[in-house]
Amino acid sequence: MARRYDSRTTIFSPEGRLYQIEYAMEAISHAGTVLGVLAKDGVVLAAEKKVTGKLLDMSGAKEGGYGGSGEKIFLLNSNVISGVAGLTADANSLVNYARQAAQGHLFNYNEDIPVELLVQRLCDLKQGYTQYGGLRPFGVSILYAGYDPHYQFQLYHSDPSGNYSGWKATCIGANNGTAQSLLKQEYKDDIGIDEAVGLVLRTMSKTMDSTTLGSEKLEFATLTLDAEKRPKAKIYKPAEIDALLVKHDLAKKDEDTEMRAA
Amino acid sequence: MDISFALTGKGYVIVAADTTAARSIVKMKSDEDKIKVLSPHLLMAFSGEPGDTVNFAEYVERNLRLYHIRHTYALRPASAASWIRRSLAESLRSRSPYAVNLLLGGYDTATHTPELYWVDYMGTLTSVPFGAHGYGSYFALSLLDRYHDPEANLEEGLATLRRCIDEVSKRLVVSPGKYKVKVVDKDGVREIEL
Repeated sequence: MARRYDSRTTIFSPEGRLYQIEYAMEAISHAGTVLGVLAKDGVVLAAEKKVTGKLLDMSGAKEGGYGGSGEKIFLLNSNVISGVAGLTADANSLVNYARQAAQGHLFNYNEDIPVELLVQRLCDLKQGYTQYGGLRPFGVSILYAGYDPHYQFQLYHSDPSGNYSGWKATCIGANNGTAQSLLKQEYKDDIGIDEAVGLVLRTMSKTMDSTTLGSEKLEFATLTLDAEKRPKAKIYKPAEIDALLVKHDLAKKDEDTEMRAA
Repeated sequence: MDISFALTGKGYVIVAADTTAARSIVKMKSDEDKIKVLSPHLLMAFSGEPGDTVNFAEYVERNLRLYHIRHTYALRPASAASWIRRSLAESLRSRSPYAVNLLLGGYDTATHTPELYWVDYMGTLTSVPFGAHGYGSYFALSLLDRYHDPEANLEEGLATLRRCIDEVSKRLVVSPGKYKVKVVDKDGVREIEL
């Protein structure tokens, strides 16, 4: 009986629910954790990588590109970075759409797209897939860290239904409940970017399944302002992530590596 | 035949335009408002082919209003100017181009700066400290070059504007009688009697 309402996204169940949307949300809560914290002088994003392994060729992430390994954290525009949780293939298509929307705004208005406007554009697309026939919704939640002159630094979250909301600190993906209650305890309203980096790393290390953090399991990015007050997005390269973890005393302990080597 | 001036000062932009609507050698009207209020902090003086001017000004006004309603905040002056320039550039390359020249004066509430843009029907957009369109520009630009001060207060700015208007009345064969003057600053847009 349930299958009559499961198979189509556009059909309400008798209880007034859209099962496909709920399943999409469920899929996301098993995906790698993505965490964002808004500080007074910047925004921090961190993401847990799921696709790892010795044989995976990560040479591109080490030297090439703009940072990140291209699994979780993306640069959408010079003033917006995003962290995605869910189906990576769906996310790639949304990231592409977002980049085009941002460039379209730049073309028409000669300014960086305001963050909320970009979020709205993506949510309009996502909402469409909950309504028009025969289509599967995007199985992706996104955290957006951005800056615009209207509201300065901002952190948004959008889900497969096309809802979005602004946050001071939030988390999507696996263990998001635990992470959010940790954030709720530790977040302060006047937090600075350095404190926020520490908070994100600590929360990540507590919520991720693996006991030790390392660049092979983590993507990390910050958005701040440069000396000319322009937004500066920095997506960390693996070596930089490891250096950051050492700085915050969360890196792999020496004994571990020694033991593994033995 | 329309004449419009605009100049920036400390925290404000003054935009002025004559109020005559003429057809051939006949003055049809002497209280025409040629300065549109596009958003709470944006003014646009328009001149050019009669008919085109009002039509294009209303098109811009309504589109910017729509943007404001959709996104809760208005476009910033620089972005609005870019959009308007593109509209004119696209129109220029169509079957029936608009022949409209504009002066866009705005106050950017995000950066707290007054901004002035000079736009012509060819789709030229330049950010300027002062500007003018029409026959008045032949007389006023040298005066503005001599007397304009970006740090001047509103009284001084209006005095400079008065110099331009007086010069046009003195030297131009068919000078208009009346001008409408509007000012935009941090408090928004208001009209001023000269």
